[in-house]
Amino acid sequence: MIPRQAIRGGLRIEAHKARSTKHPIRAASLSAHYVLPLDQHSGLPALPLVKVGDRVRMFQPIAQPAPGISAWLHAPASGEVIAIEPRPAPHRLGAPTLSIVISNDGRDEPFDNAAAVSDFEQISPKEACEHIARGGIVGLGGAAFPTANKLESSLCENGPQLLLNGAECEPYISCDEVLMRERADDIVFGARALLHALCATHCTIAIEDDVPEAQKALSAAIEKACDSRIRLKVVPAIYPAGGERQLISTVFGVEVPHDGLPADIGVVCQNVGTAAAIARWIRDRQPLISRIVTVTGDGVRDAANLETRIGTPFASLIADGGGYTERMSRLIMGGSMMGAPLPHDDLPVIKATNCIVAASALDLQPRGAEMPCIRCGACSYVCPAYLLPQQLHWYLHPYDSEQLQRHGLLDCIECGCCDFVCPSQIPLAERFRETKPVLIRELDSRRDADAARARFHARNARLERLEAEHRAKLAEKRRPKIGPSSS
Amino acid sequence: MITALVTIAVLAALAGIATVATASNASEPSLVERIDALLPQTQCRRCTFAGCRPYAEAIAQGAADINQCPPGGERTAKALARLMGVEPKPVGKEFGTVPDYPAVAFIDESVCIGCTKCIQACPVDAIVGASRHMHTVIAADCTGCELCIPPCPVDCIVMRPAPGVVQ
Amino acid sequence: MTFGTAPAPHVVAHTGVARVMRIVIYALVPTVVLHVAFFGVGLLVQIALGSVTALIAEAVALRLRRKPVAPFLTDGSAILTAILLALCLPPLAPWWLIVSGTAFAILLAKHLYGGLGANPFNPAMVGYAVLLVSFPVQLLQWLPPAGMEIEQVKLTVGETLSTILTGSLPSRLTWDAVTSPTPLDALRTNLNMGMTMAEAQAAPIFGTWGGRGWEWINLATLAGGIALLALRVIRWHIPVAMLSAIVVCASFMYVVDPGAYAGPIFHLTSGASVLGAFFIATDPISAATSDRGRLIYGAGIGLLTYVIRTWGGYPDGVAFAVLLMNLSVPLIDRYTIPRIYGHAR
Repeated sequence: MIPRQAIRGGLRIEAHKARSTKHPIRAASLSAHYVLPLDQHSGLPALPLVKVGDRVRMFQPIAQPAPGISAWLHAPASGEVIAIEPRPAPHRLGAPTLSIVISNDGRDEPFDNAAAVSDFEQISPKEACEHIARGGIVGLGGAAFPTANKLESSLCENGPQLLLNGAECEPYISCDEVLMRERADDIVFGARALLHALCATHCTIAIEDDVPEAQKALSAAIEKACDSRIRLKVVPAIYPAGGERQLISTVFGVEVPHDGLPADIGVVCQNVGTAAAIARWIRDRQPLISRIVTVTGDGVRDAANLETRIGTPFASLIADGGGYTERMSRLIMGGSMMGAPLPHDDLPVIKATNCIVAASALDLQPRGAEMPCIRCGACSYVCPAYLLPQQLHWYLHPYDSEQLQRHGLLDCIECGCCDFVCPSQIPLAERFRETKPVLIRELDSRRDADAARARFHARNARLERLEAEHRAKLAEKRRPKIGPSSS
Repeated sequence: MITALVTIAVLAALAGIATVATASNASEPSLVERIDALLPQTQCRRCTFAGCRPYAEAIAQGAADINQCPPGGERTAKALARLMGVEPKPVGKEFGTVPDYPAVAFIDESVCIGCTKCIQACPVDAIVGASRHMHTVIAADCTGCELCIPPCPVDCIVMRPAPGVVQ
Repeated sequence: MTFGTAPAPHVVAHTGVARVMRIVIYALVPTVVLHVAFFGVGLLVQIALGSVTALIAEAVALRLRRKPVAPFLTDGSAILTAILLALCLPPLAPWWLIVSGTAFAILLAKHLYGGLGANPFNPAMVGYAVLLVSFPVQLLQWLPPAGMEIEQVKLTVGETLSTILTGSLPSRLTWDAVTSPTPLDALRTNLNMGMTMAEAQAAPIFGTWGGRGWEWINLATLAGGIALLALRVIRWHIPVAMLSAIVVCASFMYVVDPGAYAGPIFHLTSGASVLGAFFIATDPISAATSDRGRLIYGAGIGLLTYVIRTWGGYPDGVAFAVLLMNLSVPLIDRYTIPRIYGHAR
């Protein structure tokens, strides 16, 4: 059965997942040190709760969320805080960012999170949100948006639709696929917790049509849970079907407004990995201190999916995969389409690390020399945001902010589809990624200028009015001197 | 021949409709408005005119050059040159230096005597306060025009990098 | 360990400008083969002359513009321009026609505007239009197609070559004996002479549906065009819109007065309708951008082609129709930006 394709655009590309899904999930080896960047989630950096020299136990909260959008951090092992200093981080492409460094004493003494509750049905939805926040849960799909913040902003009266994203469309990444295969019960448990926290009545788990084993496991888990609110929806394996906005239009047939959030149309989207992490926190009292990381690519000897503690160095994961092959050439965090290129492997796994690709020349299709755009339109046929990348490229040089805005540069999701198909080998995604902040800055300064102009005019009008009133008063005062008023 | 004439007439009519439909209509901004839209609206008067709008009017009349706006810097000068169809040139030194980063005024509240002179000087109502009470600058609304600095009798106003500026 | 970095995406499809151009050239092979079968090897000589000129002109222009020569010379776009122009010229046209036409197309219509990807007009059609305006007599002297029930004049390869290069026929032949107007041209002349449509189309130069020989060449072109569609090198919008517009106009006028206007099948199978629809109007560089824009653009070309053919001064109108619509592309593009995801219409 091939489901109807509701999104336009996208690519059917080779998934490269078979290598890493051959074996079941195994635990990554423990590390001597764990490095935890304080800003590894979206929003504001967390505030440290520990000092250098403090002893911490496994699961102990070591940083609390800053006011606003932020998340808790927990110690992945027991040991000592040996530094709080800037360390290179993968989400900063290797640039240093303030991190807590914990040495592992190897004893794994657990910290008892006394606040933990195991029966979420007993607490109110609001308490459930707060509880999820205390577990340090963030979106594990790659953006690491704090889950509790997302839930709180999505609460609505008749309850939103919950959408669990199991459509892992990017090539190479298979951590969600193995999770769905092996821990489907966790996902269903997490889904029920999320349904409760959101007062939602329906949960749809989206899964791609090329992972039959995971589909079977999930169906079985849903049946076992006897929860009629949860259903499975198979979507076509098209990149980027798993993009939040693309998935919503595939599953529900409605689009998310360009200036809004999924919550505006009554949908909350969460990754299946996030649901499983919530299950572990609520049921097993384990906050988010580990995640499944896919290690794959032709540059590593054995591909695998490893249950990895947050903060483990990449190099240690590569060692778990048997080390680099001599063909190794590029290190990527994420998939081959949107993954971040990393300059070295002395970087910690963060909550958003779903995959590490050690890519060799066999994985990378070298780009040819860049040619001028021939406006063939191949890019516009694959754009999942329905843009005209060839026109955007045309207006990049000379830079024309008005046309770029009109042609929707800010609606670009940087998926790289246009780049992939471009016969002229133009690095379109990179150009758009670079130009978006420039355009945003310009629009901001224009908005500020408009506001300043409005205030200036308002002030001038006010001064004129005051002046006129003043003159009228003067005239009023002078009048009696000329003659008594008749009234 | 009749058919040919009719064809040409129809084509000409279509072209005419297209031209009328795309030609400047009433809602299209005037030249002064388009120039004004490019200016940063600091209202700082460094261009020697009484504000951004008067400067825009002067440019439109040809009474002022396109390089008289230091807050707008090179980008504004370029955009103006493009709009006016003249060669771009750097901002004239006589109009002041181009700031390296956006700045906002800051009032040292321990020194402020509450004279309200800066409030009267601020062209965009970005300073709040009352007589004999200390004043403060709404940083988000301040355009960095520096017009509040000279009137201050106790020199308690300084320029600071705008919030969000990474140095 | 440290590694080199490059921005995402880290994989790209196996494609390239040269590959696209090559496929288009391959898709023209059936057309060229049938053309040679009906009109002799003159076309091959023209293609050879045109290609050499195109490459030289391209190299000179690139050198003058200080651009890398090798990647652009091998991208195939110049050769494609030459082949399209050669297909439009009479097979025995003197060498300087194709040479000057190609040189004009490459140097003025392409590189003066900024080279590959920046030309607002289709270079081959600019070259053809310049030649048609400057040398109408030479351009309308076509050969009679093979298989006509009149006295056959067959030129050998050597004779073809010498005719093209010297501009004069072998002594045993006269121009009157070897030339014949194109079907569209013949139809116009006959109608102007006061013949009815039936009488006009009774001439031996007309075949079952359209021009003798031309109908088969057009079928071959259609096959090539469908191959391009199947390979997704071109999309259906422009060809379908253009051919539909021709069919609609021709059917309408045919219904109005079948005695004075040729039917839609004749228009499709004569002249450059099919070549224009699949290979010339679809040149993406000078075409409209969005799907909707391409429908309008294609329909405009079809309409103008019919108008010029039927009431204009030239027998075929594809070249001028394409150039006129190239002119309106910025306008079309401005009003046909597609709806973006998440935006209201």
